[in-house]
Amino acid sequence: MTRSDAVLITAIVGAILSFSFISSGGNVGSFGITILSGLFQGMLLFLVAAGLSLIFGLMDVLNFAQGAYFMVGAYLAYDIQHTGGLIDVGIADPGLRFIVGVIAATLAGAVLGVLLELLLRPVYKRHLFLLVLTFGVSIVMLEGIKAFYSVTPYTWTEFFGIREAQFTFLGQNFTQYRLFVLAVGFALMVGISLLLNRTRIGIIIRAGVQDREMVSALGINVQTVFTFVFTLGCAVAAFGGAIAAPFLGATITMGTTYLVAAIAVIVLGGLGSYEGTAIGAMIVGLALAAMQQFSITINQPVLASITPMMLLIAVLLIRPRGLFGQER
Amino acid sequence: MSAPLLRVREIDAFIEQFHILEDVTFDVPDGGITVLLGRNGAGKTTTLRSVLGMTSVTSGDIEYNGQSIVGKKTHTIAQMGIGYVPEHRAIFSELTVQENLRIAARHKDDLPRNIEMIFTLFPDLKRLYQLQGGNLSGGQQQMLAIARALVPDNRLLLIDEPSEGLAPVIIEQVIAAIKALAETKTVLLVEQNFRVASQLADNYVIMDHGQSVAHGVMASLSQDDEIVQRYLGVGMH
Repeated sequence: MTRSDAVLITAIVGAILSFSFISSGGNVGSFGITILSGLFQGMLLFLVAAGLSLIFGLMDVLNFAQGAYFMVGAYLAYDIQHTGGLIDVGIADPGLRFIVGVIAATLAGAVLGVLLELLLRPVYKRHLFLLVLTFGVSIVMLEGIKAFYSVTPYTWTEFFGIREAQFTFLGQNFTQYRLFVLAVGFALMVGISLLLNRTRIGIIIRAGVQDREMVSALGINVQTVFTFVFTLGCAVAAFGGAIAAPFLGATITMGTTYLVAAIAVIVLGGLGSYEGTAIGAMIVGLALAAMQQFSITINQPVLASITPMMLLIAVLLIRPRGLFGQER
Repeated sequence: MSAPLLRVREIDAFIEQFHILEDVTFDVPDGGITVLLGRNGAGKTTTLRSVLGMTSVTSGDIEYNGQSIVGKKTHTIAQMGIGYVPEHRAIFSELTVQENLRIAARHKDDLPRNIEMIFTLFPDLKRLYQLQGGNLSGGQQQMLAIARALVPDNRLLLIDEPSEGLAPVIIEQVIAAIKALAETKTVLLVEQNFRVASQLADNYVIMDHGQSVAHGVMASLSQDDEIVQRYLGVGMH
């Protein structure tokens, strides 16, 4: 990160937080909500955007199915947690059931990721086909969910330990679950960063982002690297959906909503930059939370939903390559 | 005379609808340096790329070490012992010098085993080891690109235009390094600079309009003004 990057990021975050503080009339409690809710949403966005960014970096294609993996993760976690669904794991303790649900959702994401990669192999050199195919897969996944679970939104009702326990921040009560999501998401963020920077596969991925033909010429099977990245990206998105479900429930629109915001995140962060994706996700999360507060105040809910794109446009006007992007 | 390490037989290659290589045929003897000469657009780079399977060959055959490699995947061909130093070096600019070398290792002990040899050839790289590839000068990047091909135990090195865009003093260093490494490896070189080519090569192949038109021993080419004038457009005397 150069000095001008740091200044720009500080300026953006400062502007968002000042806006939040001023628009809430200097209310410290509202400010606390913006910060915590912003980081929470930013973390969920990161989990969708991380895979999107890695896959785009390596293969120059936006995986439009990334949001669908997030949605599938949420539905699976929801189903395993609640009785009367399609899956009954026969575990009485709701806390343990939740853990099983998250693991199952992550594994399902990984398996579906491998399948998607296999499906894309014949058209790897045709970018437009890849785009259309991932879009098609996302529709199939969406219709699959509708067929199994109907279009009715599910609200999470089976609570467990940390989803109920509260803590106080700037005079407001929050569930400890938010902290759990922040901690787990942060651990994953650092874990993927270590994988990229310290391991051989990480070096290969970073090199592949720049020049995958040269990587092949060194004797490395780039195909297996693609499979690995797809599996990782889809598993992380499904994991994100699973840990988001106790808050967001499971709805058929959540995939698209998060996909669009995640696209804004990776463009804003700079295409192909993992660092940019991580910071971009937090910025978009904070901006979303600030606008959600503001839109309640002025009774204009549409403001919140257009925020990621408005922020994206604003950043691209200042810096067309995004925060950390290389000229491509 | 021992069997050639690389045999290229009547290969044809297209890039999109353009017929780039037509019946290209030549041998690269085991050991020493063979240079592909020819004007811009003669098909030299495409020939190197065809050997590695990066440009598909539509007919003809390429044998490496007695085995046909046409139609094999690039990484499989490289693993057979072929190193590639492309025209524009293709250094991974985001990776450090160390990482650029580490990524080329095919076995865990490749880099530790060969690093001293690499540092002896290119002492500068030792000093620059932790620097990002993108921060290196053109000459340093060229050295890194060659060093990268030396990390695994490659038997054949394909080196494309190593002197391009470099200062004369750096060219001398690169020439010395290629000469030194050719004592243990076979090199197939593409070189526009005839002076550099004639200093380095044992054998030559001349390409013109996508065809291989002449080949022989480099020392005799230096005496053959007519061929040099006709195909390379450079005067030697």
